[in-house]
Amino acid sequence: MSAFMTKSLKKVLGAVAVAAALAGASGAYAAGGAEHPKHVDFTFKGPFGTFDQGQLQRGYKVYKEVCANCHSATLMSFRNLGQKGGPFYDPKYKNPNDNPVVKAIAAEFEVPDIDTDTGEDITRPATPSDNFPEKYPNTYAAAAGNGGAIPPDLSVITKARHGGAEYIYSLLTGYVTPPKGLNVAPGQYYNPYMAGSLATQWDGDPHHVPVGGVLAMAPPLNQGAVTYDDGTPETVDNYAKDVSAFLQWAGDPHTTLRKKTGVAVLIYLFLFGGLTYAAYRQLWHGKH
Amino acid sequence: MSEPEKDHGGEGDPNRRDFIYIAAGAAAVGAVGAVVVPLVAQMNPAADTLAMASTEFDLSKVSEGMQVVIKWRGKPLFIRYRTPKEIAAAQEVKLSDLKDPQADSDRVTAGKEQYLILVGSCTHLGCVPTFGEGQFGGWFCPCHGSHYDTSGRIRVGPAPTNLEVPTYEYLTDTRVKIG
Amino acid sequence: MSEHPSTYDPKTGVEKWLDKRLPIVRLAYDSFVDYPTPRNLNYWWTFGGILSVCLVIQIVTGIILAMHYVPHIDHAFASVERIMRDVNYGWLIRYVHANGASMFFFAVFIHMFRGLYYGSYKAPREVLWILGCIIFFLMIATAFMGYVLPWGQMSFHGAVVITNLIGSIPVIGGPILTWLQGGFAVDQPTLNRFFSLHYLLPFVIAGVVILHIWALHVTGQNNPAGVEIKSKEDTVPFTPYATVKDGLGIIIFLFLFAIFVFFLPNSLGHADNYIPANPLVTPAHIVPEWYLLPFYAILRAVPDKFLGVVAMFAAIAVLFILPWLDTSKVKSMRYRPVMRWFFVIFVVVCLALGWCGAQLPDTPVIPGLPSFNLIDGAFNSYLWLTRFLTLYYFAFFLVIMPWIGLKEEPLPVPASISEAILAEHAKKKG
Repeated sequence: MSAFMTKSLKKVLGAVAVAAALAGASGAYAAGGAEHPKHVDFTFKGPFGTFDQGQLQRGYKVYKEVCANCHSATLMSFRNLGQKGGPFYDPKYKNPNDNPVVKAIAAEFEVPDIDTDTGEDITRPATPSDNFPEKYPNTYAAAAGNGGAIPPDLSVITKARHGGAEYIYSLLTGYVTPPKGLNVAPGQYYNPYMAGSLATQWDGDPHHVPVGGVLAMAPPLNQGAVTYDDGTPETVDNYAKDVSAFLQWAGDPHTTLRKKTGVAVLIYLFLFGGLTYAAYRQLWHGKH
Repeated sequence: MSEPEKDHGGEGDPNRRDFIYIAAGAAAVGAVGAVVVPLVAQMNPAADTLAMASTEFDLSKVSEGMQVVIKWRGKPLFIRYRTPKEIAAAQEVKLSDLKDPQADSDRVTAGKEQYLILVGSCTHLGCVPTFGEGQFGGWFCPCHGSHYDTSGRIRVGPAPTNLEVPTYEYLTDTRVKIG
Repeated sequence: MSEHPSTYDPKTGVEKWLDKRLPIVRLAYDSFVDYPTPRNLNYWWTFGGILSVCLVIQIVTGIILAMHYVPHIDHAFASVERIMRDVNYGWLIRYVHANGASMFFFAVFIHMFRGLYYGSYKAPREVLWILGCIIFFLMIATAFMGYVLPWGQMSFHGAVVITNLIGSIPVIGGPILTWLQGGFAVDQPTLNRFFSLHYLLPFVIAGVVILHIWALHVTGQNNPAGVEIKSKEDTVPFTPYATVKDGLGIIIFLFLFAIFVFFLPNSLGHADNYIPANPLVTPAHIVPEWYLLPFYAILRAVPDKFLGVVAMFAAIAVLFILPWLDTSKVKSMRYRPVMRWFFVIFVVVCLALGWCGAQLPDTPVIPGLPSFNLIDGAFNSYLWLTRFLTLYYFAFFLVIMPWIGLKEEPLPVPASISEAILAEHAKKKG
C-alpha cells in the first residue's frame, strides 16, 4: 500500500512539475481580442536558424523606403548594418565603420550636429558610428504629423509585440475591409491582427464583436513600390516578409551568435554532466 | 538512483577510476575558464565606444599661430598651425640635446610641416599642458613642471617621453582623419 | 552537527600558523569537507547548492550590468539596449541576469516545497526555516525592484501598482507612499532609489544565507526519512559525496538555464517591457513576472483594497509561523499517509493560483456556462476560482496542518537513517 502511494505520489508530482514548466514557458497571458499571427517559415526560426542576408538587405530597403517615412529606429546605428550577421556584412571589412556600403548608406541620412565654429545647430551626412536619426523632433510633432498617433520606434518592435516577426508580417498583410456594422473613423484602418477592443464601435450582435482593432497606419505596402535588385518578385507578401525579417534581426542583432554559443554550451554541459554522473556513480558505489 | 550496483567490468580498475575524476575535474576547470572570458571581456570598450575611436577634422579651421583643441577618445587633441619661426626653432634643435631624441620631421607630415597634431596629455601623469608658457616656446605642464618645445618634445621636467603624435592621414589637402 | 568534533589537522607550518590566529581553513574544512551528511539525501536536496549558484550568478552578472546601466528615466531603456547591442558579451550577461531571476525563483519554490514535504521546518530547525522565509521575502523585494530598472512599460506600471499597495494602508498610507516614491508618482527619484536598493539587497540576502547555512550546520541536515542522525553509519562526509551529487544537480539545472538563456531568452518576460515606459498609457493587461503571480492572485481575490494587501502579505507571513502550526510528531510526509495528499493538493493550488494571477479576473473559467453575481463578481470567473484557491492556501496552514497532525495515524518511522536505507533496498529486491 505504502509502495503504491509513494509511486503514485511521485507520478502526481512529476505531472505537476511538467505542468508548471509548461505554464511558465508558455507565458500564460491572454492575447486580447486579435487574430493569431499567421505562420511564416522564416529562416531564422528554431535553434539552428540563421538570417538570410539577401532577405535582410531587401528588408532594409523596404524599411528605408517605406517604414522610415514615419517610424524611427533610434537604437540602431549604421555600423550595425555592417557588423557580423548584419545585412551588409562583408568579411573584407571586419570593422563595420570602414565598410564602404555602410558608409554610403549612412551618408544618405542627415543627422543633427553643432557647428563647432559658430555653435549653431546644423545637419551633416551621417557616418557609420551615428544612430538612425529621430524622425520627429519630439513626440508632439510625431503625433501631430500622424493624426494623433505616435508611430512607434521600430528598433525592438519584434521583441515588443507578441508573435514577433510573424505578428509584423500578419499586420502588414492583414488589412481587410471592415465588417458591416463596424464604425471606423476617418484616418483609422481596421486590421484583425491588431490587438484591441472594438465593442464600442460595433453596431451588430454584441456577442459577436469582430476580433482585431483599428490603427492609424494605412496599409503601407503596395505592389512594386520598392524595387528589388536581386530578382525577387516585388509583391506585398515579399515586402512584408523581408521587412519583418529585417526588424527581427534589428531587434536582437546577436541572435545567430547567441544560438551558436548556446549549442556549444549545451554540448559542453552534456559532456560535463556525463563525466560528473560517472564520477558520482563510482563514488557512491555501495554507499546508498 | 539508490539501487546498489553490481560491479561493471573495469569500474574497479584504479586507473579508470582516477581518469573519470580527473576528467570531471578538468571539465569543471574548463567551464570556469569559459565563464571568466565574457565576465572580463565586458570591461573592454564597447562597440559604440570603438566606433567613435576615429574622428575627422578640417584643418582650414586653424589659422596661423593658433591652436585648436578637440576631444578625441576622451582626451584633448592639439591641432596647431605653427609659424615659420616655430618650425625653424623645432628643426634647429640638436638630437643630442633631447631627452627623447626624435627629429621634428618625424613628427609632422612632409610638406605639411606647419600642422602639428598632438595628444594633449602630458606623458608624465596625464595632465593637459598649456601652450605659450615654459622655457622652449612650446607647452608647459602645470602639474609637475614639464617643458615641451615647439615640436611637443620633452626638454625639461619629469615627463619621460615626447607628447604623443596620434596616427592620422590626410584625406584631402585640408582634411585629416585621426585614429 | 554542533557536537561533531573538528577533524581538521593542519599539516604545513603556514596552516598551523594561520589556524592559531584565524581558524578560517578549519571552518571551511569542518563545514564543507568533513561535514557529516545524511546518506539518504535525494536530489531534492541539491537545490540548496543550486540556489547558492543562482545567488552568485545574479550578484556577479548584476555588478557587471551596473557598470553599464544608467539609472535615469531618459536613458535607462536605451542603456539596457546598449548592453544588449554594444557591450562585449552584454547580450549574454543581461539575458543570464534576467532569466537568472526566474531560475532563482524556480529553484527556491522547489526548495521550499521540499522543506514542506519532509518537515524540514520542525524542531530543532525552526530558526533555519525562518531565515529561509526572510531570504524568500528579500528575494521578492529584490526581483521586483530589478524588474523596474529597464524602465519599460511593465517596469513602470508594475512599480505604480505595487507602490500603490502601500497607499492602501489607512491614514499613514498616503504619506508613506509619497516617501517611498520620492514624489507624487513613480518617477526619476523612484528609479534611482530602486537601483540603489536593488544593488544593496542581494548582499543582505548573502548575509542571511550565511546565517541560514550556519543554522543548518548547527542542527544538521534533515533527510527524507525525517529521523535525526544517530551514528556514523548514517552519514557520509560532505566532500566528496555531497559535492559531487550537488555538482551533478547544478549541471542539470544549468542545462535548463542555458536553454532559456540561449534559445528562449524573452519567453519568461513580457513583450510590453520592450516598449519604453510611458506614464500616460497603461498596457492593456498588466501582470507581474510569473513567480509573483500566486501572490498577485491572492491580492485580487479580496474585495477590499487594504484587506487584499493584508492577505497578500499574510500569504508569506504564515510561512514564518509554520513550525508552530504543524502538530504532527512525524517530520517526513513519507510516513504521513493523509497529510501528503493534502500537500499534493497544496502544490496544485499554488500552481493554479499562479495561473489565475495571469488571467483577467472577470473571464469565465468555463466559457458559456450560465453564471450569477456574488460579492463583486460572477461566480463562473477566475475571481471566484482564485477565492476558493486562496481559501485552501490559508486553510492548509491554519486548519489542515494543526488538525491532521493530531488526527492522522502515521506509518511506522524507521529507527535510523541506515535502517531506512536497508528497508528501501529490501523493497527494491522484493
